[in-house]
Amino acid sequence: MKTFGGPILFLDRSDINTDEIIPAKYLTEITKEDLKPYILEDLKLPGFEPKGVKTVQARVIVSRANFGCGSSREHAPWVFEVNGITAVIAASFARIFRQNMFNCGMAAIELPPADLELIFSHSGDDDAAMTIDIEAQTLTVSAAGKQKTISFDISPFDRALVMAGGWVDYADQKY
Amino acid sequence: MGKTTAEKIFDAHLVNEPFPGTKVLRLDAVLCHEITTPIAIDDLIRRGKDRVFDPTKIKAVIDHVTPSKDTKTATQAKILRDWARRHDIKDFFDVGANGVCHALFPERGFIRPGYTVIMGDSHTCTHGAFGAFAAGIGTTDLEVGILKGVCAFRQPKTIKFNVTGTLPAGVYAKDVILHIIGKIGVNGATDKVMEFHGPVVDAMSMESRMTLCNMAIEAGGTSGICQPDMTTVDYLWPFIQEEFTDTCAALADYSQWRADADAEYDQVIEIDVTTLEPTITFGYKPDQVKTISEIAGARLDQVYIGSCTNGRLEDIRIAAQILKGRKLAPHVRGILSPATPAIFKDASKEGLIEIFMEAGFCVTNPTCGACLGMSNGVLADGEVCASTTNRNFMGRMGKGGMVHLMSPATAAASAIEGVIADPRKYL
Repeated sequence: MKTFGGPILFLDRSDINTDEIIPAKYLTEITKEDLKPYILEDLKLPGFEPKGVKTVQARVIVSRANFGCGSSREHAPWVFEVNGITAVIAASFARIFRQNMFNCGMAAIELPPADLELIFSHSGDDDAAMTIDIEAQTLTVSAAGKQKTISFDISPFDRALVMAGGWVDYADQKY
Repeated sequence: MGKTTAEKIFDAHLVNEPFPGTKVLRLDAVLCHEITTPIAIDDLIRRGKDRVFDPTKIKAVIDHVTPSKDTKTATQAKILRDWARRHDIKDFFDVGANGVCHALFPERGFIRPGYTVIMGDSHTCTHGAFGAFAAGIGTTDLEVGILKGVCAFRQPKTIKFNVTGTLPAGVYAKDVILHIIGKIGVNGATDKVMEFHGPVVDAMSMESRMTLCNMAIEAGGTSGICQPDMTTVDYLWPFIQEEFTDTCAALADYSQWRADADAEYDQVIEIDVTTLEPTITFGYKPDQVKTISEIAGARLDQVYIGSCTNGRLEDIRIAAQILKGRKLAPHVRGILSPATPAIFKDASKEGLIEIFMEAGFCVTNPTCGACLGMSNGVLADGEVCASTTNRNFMGRMGKGGMVHLMSPATAAASAIEGVIADPRKYL
């Protein structure tokens, strides 16, 4: 099972799409590892640098509504995975992106507005980090010397996929 | 309680429900292309499971970058080609026979009412035009689909769109779907099926219905779905005439997939198209739409007519009717990519290709290429394209480029004037 947690990268905008996460011109790469340098290359956000230290250190992304909309490319979860980011927290997800995350044994977690605002209130804290317990369905945010634990809800199927390490292993056992 | 089309298809294909709310479905068609399939193939080989569940239910095409432009794309094509040969996948379409997947596969009669269809491509929702449940999925779902012939879905809720009124001249399925996306937003149908009803949809050709369903994903929809009827049967007849005694028998059978009159919908949205104008996107999201009167005159560098949304014969005819005897504006580049070889051939026979060439268009082979900025018409930084494609994300057709989505008619009128232009004055 993958580990979930670490420094947070805040992407404060709705509708961040798959072309911004990994532009189509890199879809000709044959291995996941080859995608690594191109993470979020076309995302334009104030203060965000695709190759900046915050992106490099990030293990969790926190964003807004409809994250991962657009293409079905699993290259989007993969480019996160090879950069060490194994969880995305958002107000909502596009269906295919969300399923791709769980299918890869990673986590796409939706939070209600109040909980998400609480996490975003730490977006100015350089040490903002998070630990995620998939089984207990809780996440703990730590920033500026404070800690706060929030519960979340993912479907039993998605939890089973994370526990199994992804859909291929799960399906191979069951179907 | 009646059922929606998606509910009927789910019930008929249910393998099991491993957890409440998650349904594993048996698949009728697993479609593959060279961008999202090779990594699934590699992973299956790595796992020692280089098998396919049923080679007759798997269809594959090289379409995104074709003919290959460099070593990487040639390698992707080769992985798909070798795999198709190795597993005796007879419906594999290589250079010369290949076209844009969501135009090619329906044209070959592969999609039937009541089918479950997946592909590692978000615009797979196109195939719902046949009364099928067709969903874009990622490479891992594709891999399991190839290996096991199943896919897991949450039971989707359905939004019914009742499209009424009369389509004005110069307004088409593309304008209707852009208008709908503008109304409900880019996540207005997330985790939902968009079921299209009403006299306007009933009167549409299969080509127009595919245009409508193609962009369901741009509102977050899992699948677009139209109701199978005699138009569906007539389109499929060359492929199904051995199965049924006559078209009425086929219609009777396919009608089982029509939504029940008392089906329960998450939402019913009424769309009256009588006063609809040509509709065009203006920003970087498909729900940012304006009517032609609001955006006419916006500057352009390139006009692109093609793609799984609007690269079919009907689209080429409409554009050619406007372009006939006219020329591209001097500073604008025009590109036509008929979506399949058959469309290319028919357009050629009808003299449409000549009209485009006389107007100054470059006519390229069938490929997805320019739509996602991979080949055959990529934009430079700061350039603007009037395009009949489906996605206008920033940089979609090339880094720093901008895309205005529109109908083939609006694209043709815009090509003549060199700025976004109203097609109605050319009809």
